Amino acid sequence: MSDYKLSHLQELEAESIHIIREVAAEFENPVMLYSIGKDSSVMVRLAEKAFAPGKVPFPLMHIDSKWKFKEMVQFRDEYAKKYGWNLIVESNMEAYNAGVGPFSHGSKVHTDLMKTQALLQALDKYKFDAAFGGARRDEERSRAKERIYSFRDKFHQWDPKNQRPELWDIYNARVHKGESIRVFPLSNWTELDIWQYIRLENIPIVPLYYAKERPVIELDGNLIMADDDRLPEQYRDKIQMRMVRFRTLGCWPLTGAVESNADTIEKIVEEMMTTTKSERTTRVIDFDQDASMEQKKREGYF
Amino acid sequence: MATLDIKEFLDKDEQKDLLRFLTAGSVDDGKSTLIGRLLFDSKKIYEDQLDALERDSKRMGNAGDHIDYALLLDGLKAEREQGITIDVAYRYFSTNNRKFIIADTPGHEQYTRNMITGGSTANLAIILVDARTGVITQTRRHTYLVSLLGIKHVVLAVNKMDLVDFDKEVFDKIVSDYKEFVSSLNIPDITCIPLSALDGDNVVEKSTRTPWYEGPALLDFLETVPIDQDRNFEDFRYPVQYVLRPNLNFRGFSGKISSGIVRKGDTVMALPSGKISKVKSIVTYDGELDYAFPPQCVTITLEDEIDVSRGEMLVHPDNQPIVDRNFEAMLVWMDEEPMDINKQFYIKHTTNLTRARVDNIRYKVNVNTMEQLSIENGQLTVDSLPMKLNEIGRVVFTTGKELFFDPYQKNRQTGAFILIDPITNNTSAVGMIIDRVDVRDMVTEDAFAVLNLPELGIAAEHYEAIRTICKELERQGVPVKCITENK
Repeated sequence: MSDYKLSHLQELEAESIHIIREVAAEFENPVMLYSIGKDSSVMVRLAEKAFAPGKVPFPLMHIDSKWKFKEMVQFRDEYAKKYGWNLIVESNMEAYNAGVGPFSHGSKVHTDLMKTQALLQALDKYKFDAAFGGARRDEERSRAKERIYSFRDKFHQWDPKNQRPELWDIYNARVHKGESIRVFPLSNWTELDIWQYIRLENIPIVPLYYAKERPVIELDGNLIMADDDRLPEQYRDKIQMRMVRFRTLGCWPLTGAVESNADTIEKIVEEMMTTTKSERTTRVIDFDQDASMEQKKREGYF
Repeated sequence: MATLDIKEFLDKDEQKDLLRFLTAGSVDDGKSTLIGRLLFDSKKIYEDQLDALERDSKRMGNAGDHIDYALLLDGLKAEREQGITIDVAYRYFSTNNRKFIIADTPGHEQYTRNMITGGSTANLAIILVDARTGVITQTRRHTYLVSLLGIKHVVLAVNKMDLVDFDKEVFDKIVSDYKEFVSSLNIPDITCIPLSALDGDNVVEKSTRTPWYEGPALLDFLETVPIDQDRNFEDFRYPVQYVLRPNLNFRGFSGKISSGIVRKGDTVMALPSGKISKVKSIVTYDGELDYAFPPQCVTITLEDEIDVSRGEMLVHPDNQPIVDRNFEAMLVWMDEEPMDINKQFYIKHTTNLTRARVDNIRYKVNVNTMEQLSIENGQLTVDSLPMKLNEIGRVVFTTGKELFFDPYQKNRQTGAFILIDPITNNTSAVGMIIDRVDVRDMVTEDAFAVLNLPELGIAAEHYEAIRTICKELERQGVPVKCITENK
């Protein structure tokens, strides 16, 4: 019977494709949120697989906080063009014009205005009733309990105590007007699965994931890359070249690099298998408070 | 790892299969400790998570000097405050032989709902008992739910053996009690393991403190239990999920193989139309396949232009499911709001959505004793008949349109459904189909709406528009019968 057996990656792939098609079939106006990170790259490929040889019947949307790494933005535009995606880019322009940024306003205010509020504004603007996100349950403790179809009220809020039961592969897609769901087709993938799949499928990712000599400064124990000239004056003479790579990508002042020599996909996977640190240690926004991610999720952040 | 060729190693590692398992037991049984131990000993708890854990353990732990693994697993704030797990949480780990997904569910009385949720996709269930108390009511309840869900492999983990001096007699007694009870349930594979989650005996390594135990350690068993025969490869069922029409030359039916195997060239029948065609190709992003099996997601094209929509099903003509509007099922009520028998629910079954009406509740099951409670045997009254949260009952349904189903115990994919409240949109109940029912068991009057257009005095030029609306309503699961001719 071994002819009829799937590997764990094939099984995860099938589960995700089923979810993506189900949403496309049952919702009127879905969107796939695209963070340009490795998980998004996998999710986007799974969407392409779900509808091949046809086109994906929903757009990609990137919430641009205006502080993303330059290489991310470049990668985003090239990828969307090459694979024929309808790409929407939205930002909280009001806050941006008011000069909001992580150095001037701190990570909390910046994240709230440029990510959470920007996302909520964009969802309201286009009236999306389903939004795919690339979150995984192994990332963080509150996510371990979240459903694949995560119901949101009119204010986009998540209520962890009031989740719909979710059984087998039968998803409840019914929402009232104004309500929506967030969908997490990668729920059951682990970080290692993601990397193995990227290797196996040869999925393009932002070059920042590969180790390279980069200009960094040490900031509160994190290695922050000097990505553009908005780095405040007082840090500039502390810049040093180090061999680093990124395990997660986000706003450059809020994303720590790790020292690494992993400059090929195999080396990255090998590093993943032997690491002793979880990936979120490189995300500065998590240090705010205990259970901070759950708080953000309740407010509508992913 | 340095000595191994990394590419070779990864090629092999990527071929590992996946086992999903459920853990059931109460806080006191040491369930979280056992899961923590599996994760810890398989080196998947990262250093920084451990640091936070040690900090939390000192502040609010319940495990004395030991690391309180439960704190690592209990995710949400509210739960941490209450000191109990209140929902299903998923954990991931892998060994050199397999990847695992754990559905960690609480054993607390009012949370039958969560265990059912966590168990619906599981290949295997670990049921924990405390060696000091043995098989208790809760053990029976968990085992009953596991059998109801059709889980084929059960591990009875007899925990806290350290507290009974690793006494063989204590273990043997629990095993014989359990086997006696479980013989009436349909569980093909049962394995009993004596262990101590706290000390690690027989969890990852075989313990020297149980020399009389000849079976495998828990992890060893999890790594080797064969699961590739558990799926139904006999009965080809392909619920169409999405019709793919990228251009005029291509029309494909996308879906997941629910069960059975389909090959290029196979003769297939579309349900409910009964139209016959042949499989022209099985298309995927990665190229065409000669055959497909569960749970693969593919796109099937047919030799003939036959009309098949979402919710319809492709099958082999010589192996058809039951096609009916009437069936009975074991139903688990998941909603805080009790069942309103007069409500017309939405039912979602495979990729089909329609309305469903409760015709009859034959009996409810006391999950602690497995006793049947009915009006006939005087255990229920008309008032106590409607189902409440966490109750299980045998219920007869009529649906708005025909469903294509199999008994759940024979086919998990085509035997399962959910009921959705039409007002709150909550998933009110979940069901496992037993079989079709005879029409004489049914309430016969037709509760579905009828629009008699001539009788309503509607002019004939509006018929077409109304028919279109009725068709759209039907697509959304609200069947309306539209009569356009006077009889």
